[in-house]
Amino acid sequence: MSEWIKICPLEEIPRLGSRVVQTGKGDVAVFRNGSDEVFALRDQCPHKGGPLSQGIVFDRKVTCPLHGWTVQLDSGEAVAPDCGCTHRYRARVGKGEVYLNLS
Amino acid sequence: MTTTNKTRLVVIGNGMAGMRTLEELLKLAPDMYDVTVFGAEPHGNYNRILLSPVLAGEMTIRDIMLNDVDWYAQNGITLHLNKTVTRIDRARRKVIADDGTEADYDRLLLATGSNPVMLPVPGIDLHGVVAYRDIKDTDEMIEAASRYRHAVVIGGGLLGLEAANGLRLRGMDVTVVHLMPWLMERQLDRTAANLLQQSLEAKGLKFKLEKQTAELVAGESGRVSAIKFKDGETLPADLVVMAVGIRPNTGLAEAAGLHCDRGVVVDDTMQTYDPRIYAVGECVSHRGIAYGLVAPLFEQAKVCANHLAQLGISRYTGSVTSTKLKVTGIDLFSAGDFIGGEGAEEIVLSDPSCGVYKKLVVKQDKIVGSVLYGDTADGSWYFQLLRDGQNIRELRGRLMSGQSHLGNSGHQGQNNAASMPDDMEVCGCNGVCKGTIVKAIKEKGLFTLNDVRKHTKASASCGSCTGLVEQILASTVGGAYQPADVSRKPLCGCTDYTHEEVRKAIIERKLKSIPEAMGFFEWRNVNGCASCRPALNYYLLCAWPHDYIDDPQSRFINERAHANIQKDGTYSVIPRIYGGVTTPAQLKRIAEVAEKYAVPSLKLTGGQRIDLLGVKKEDLPKVWADLDMPSGFAYGKSIRTVKTCVGSEWCRFGVQDSTSLGIALEKALDRMWAPHKVKLAVSGCPRNCAEATIKDVGIVGVDSGWEIYVAGNGGIKAEVSLFLVKVKSAEEVMEYASAFIQLYREEARYLDRTVHWVQRVGMDYVKKRIVADATGRKALHERLKDALRDEKDPWQERVHGAAAREFVPIRFQPGIGSA
Ligand SMILES: Cc1cc2nc3c(=O)[nH]c(=O)nc-3n(C[C@H](O)[C@H](O)[C@H](O)COP(=O)(O)OP(=O)(O)OC[C@H]3O[C@@H](n4cnc5c(N)ncnc54)[C@H](O)[C@@H]3O)c2cc1C
Ligand code: HEM
Ligand code: SF4
Ligand code: FES
Repeated sequence: MSEWIKICPLEEIPRLGSRVVQTGKGDVAVFRNGSDEVFALRDQCPHKGGPLSQGIVFDRKVTCPLHGWTVQLDSGEAVAPDCGCTHRYRARVGKGEVYLNLS
Repeated sequence: MTTTNKTRLVVIGNGMAGMRTLEELLKLAPDMYDVTVFGAEPHGNYNRILLSPVLAGEMTIRDIMLNDVDWYAQNGITLHLNKTVTRIDRARRKVIADDGTEADYDRLLLATGSNPVMLPVPGIDLHGVVAYRDIKDTDEMIEAASRYRHAVVIGGGLLGLEAANGLRLRGMDVTVVHLMPWLMERQLDRTAANLLQQSLEAKGLKFKLEKQTAELVAGESGRVSAIKFKDGETLPADLVVMAVGIRPNTGLAEAAGLHCDRGVVVDDTMQTYDPRIYAVGECVSHRGIAYGLVAPLFEQAKVCANHLAQLGISRYTGSVTSTKLKVTGIDLFSAGDFIGGEGAEEIVLSDPSCGVYKKLVVKQDKIVGSVLYGDTADGSWYFQLLRDGQNIRELRGRLMSGQSHLGNSGHQGQNNAASMPDDMEVCGCNGVCKGTIVKAIKEKGLFTLNDVRKHTKASASCGSCTGLVEQILASTVGGAYQPADVSRKPLCGCTDYTHEEVRKAIIERKLKSIPEAMGFFEWRNVNGCASCRPALNYYLLCAWPHDYIDDPQSRFINERAHANIQKDGTYSVIPRIYGGVTTPAQLKRIAEVAEKYAVPSLKLTGGQRIDLLGVKKEDLPKVWADLDMPSGFAYGKSIRTVKTCVGSEWCRFGVQDSTSLGIALEKALDRMWAPHKVKLAVSGCPRNCAEATIKDVGIVGVDSGWEIYVAGNGGIKAEVSLFLVKVKSAEEVMEYASAFIQLYREEARYLDRTVHWVQRVGMDYVKKRIVADATGRKALHERLKDALRDEKDPWQERVHGAAAREFVPIRFQPGIGSA
């Protein structure tokens, strides 16, 4: 029973940037990378809960603003040698709109 | 086995240089080659330099494996262990091993290391005569130590002494025989060598110097039983370790017709005379030098991998090496030319009763060599100065007392890693103990400061314990430790070009955007990374102040949001209060805003202004609108504050109006971005209440004018600023200070504070540009004024709607617009 919810037009998320989506499950960071792929992660770094939405995005990665961990956007896993994982949600683009699925 | 159309790379020699090259290559181009490795030894790649601690019983073979057999499998590498390549057929491009195994290559990498030199004396083939090179030799020595009594080590160099120490620790009666008048004559001068000999004698080793071996005598069992010297003396010997030197292993290459001259001759790209064949490691001769330590081999590996990956941009230009003896309890460090000679001066500190001897050899204000005995804490600092060719004139008086870590905070004032117990904390930021670092270095096979930072986080935050971590690294891996090369520092892992090269091209090639710059230099990652993007953004902005369109996504969050992120994800707001002088109206407004937005905390900052802490990101634009004050840039690599004292306006000691000058400076520099933060202070008399001498630019009023100091720092490592010039008027202060700051903006590397930059380029250089060259100074001042002329206040822009998305979250509303 997956439910895709329309979030915003793709242009509303800066390329190599993100937007915070406030949900019943807490803040979700929705990222857009250099190739216009979108990803969604719980907006909490696996290290000490830093807001990943505020980090610098490159490739399929984001670097946390608090202590510089790098987290993989497509899995939520911290990049080695750091170790940890943040919850990943499904996100996709359709007809220029971004959809998020929290189930 | 699968066959693919990939290019085939064959590696001969499964040792440290060869495998490091493969590791570097896998990082750059993981899928480019089908790789086959031949190794004459029956093991995966192990850390050869740690054979000494294995012999000494401090580690086991398992501890020193770098790449076990699984590693090869995981990386799809075909591994032929226990097979010695006996022929290279260059015409057919294949190699043939002793058991008949063949492998075809498109590229071939020679990494055959070197062979121990065996003295051509009678008896050299006897049982019980070994070299000291590999696991087999080490096992044989350990085995002999359990059964026999008398060991003789021929050769009083690094290897011989480490072997002797190990055998002694295993209970043997050990004599070291050396041809020269003192030990380690290639690394030590006589004084240091004598101190070394004394401490080794105290550990129970015996020495025979200036002795030439004539013959090894066989006993009844056919095993060696004695050693006989040219002068007729004989010593009993059940084990003879030959450690008289190494010779590059070039037999295979020579037989294949490759040009060799005391090593396989390679150019700066590690290519041999056959363009399909590369060579790295101890088997190589580069610019006439064959190296016998791992640090240079790692540099070679990096360059070689770069060319194998067909990036073709880096060059190996040779290495300066340093030596550290890995005998527990003995501190010895040597680097460079320690004998000196013509035109060289020596700075010597000798305290034999404390067992301390330090010698620095200086030529034309540069360190060219050093020998340290007993106290090697500053070895890596001296080595760094040596490698960078840094001018040490200003440091001279302080050199011998060492790199004062005294100003450092955060690790209990400890300066000597050797004397620290394992459970003592080294890195106060990340809570890492010495034992954890040593363990990681050994188990993970780490060699560089960066490796240690990545794996343990030690010194990865504030960096104040860097010196300690370097010492731990150096004493754990010996000469293999390689201090980072600061003179050629690539901008980040995405490129091999340096900060300076990138900045130069930005200007000369008129590169005006991040993609253009990355394209020009063929950045390895399309979007770069969190290190290079902010740097490039700054370099472009500094080069093209009016044309460059700032890229907010390449800025650290604080600069993107124009507020400081706090640990709970809220932000702080610090408005500008020029010179720390405020008004009742301003204070009332701040108070009202704090109440209206329920700001949890108000704090007077160290920069003489007021901090509103705990503001929600969404509220930032509203808070700024209500405050109606300029941004204090407290969040940026930018001008922070100009701290002032009350000065002659009020103070009974004041001789100059420090407050007015401070306000004028802060207004002139408002909205200025820089490589790192920039702090100023102005005091009205030499009592210096504004603490101007620990600022990037500090001004101190004196009766006849103003003294200008630069490159101070109050942070982790307190640095007192250096005197630049004394001037008469406030206008001159403005010009000199601006010119200094603009020079820093144009020439320092991103994230250099003024102190780091000035330490690198030297105060002489700064004085030349700012004091001696009046035209240049005025031009710098003008360029800064020009750069700032159209900078707008970022808060006001955002109050009026700029970058609105940054501050507005999206609300998740199930039920509408589902697809
Ligand atoms: C006991 C000891 C202590 C040391 N301590 C230090 C130290 O403290 N600091 C430091 O910097 N350096 C030290 N060194 C030196 C350092 O270990 C070497 O510089 C380094 O290992 C050389 O690397 P390499 O890859 O060139 O050669 P090696 O590591 O020797 O690798 C060459 C490999 O190639 C294999 N091989 C050779 N010919 C063939 C062939 N035809 N076919 C197949 N395989 C072949 C060999 O068996 C060997 O395994 C020490 C060396 C020893 C022995
Ligand atoms: C050498 C002896 C010193 C004397 C005689 C001296 C004197 C003074 C005086 C008279 C003031 C008061 C100004 C006022 O009326 O508001 C003052 C302020 C101050 N002093 Fe000192 N001082 C001395 C050293 C220092 C030192 C070493 C520091 C700190 C490193 C320092 C830090 C300060 C500070 C922070 C202020 C407040 C400045 C301000 O209000 O702008 N002083 N000092
Ligand atoms: S520095 Fe001099 S002028 Fe300024 S407050 Fe201190 S004593 Fe007064
Ligand atoms: S909270 Fe993200 S790196 Fe520490």
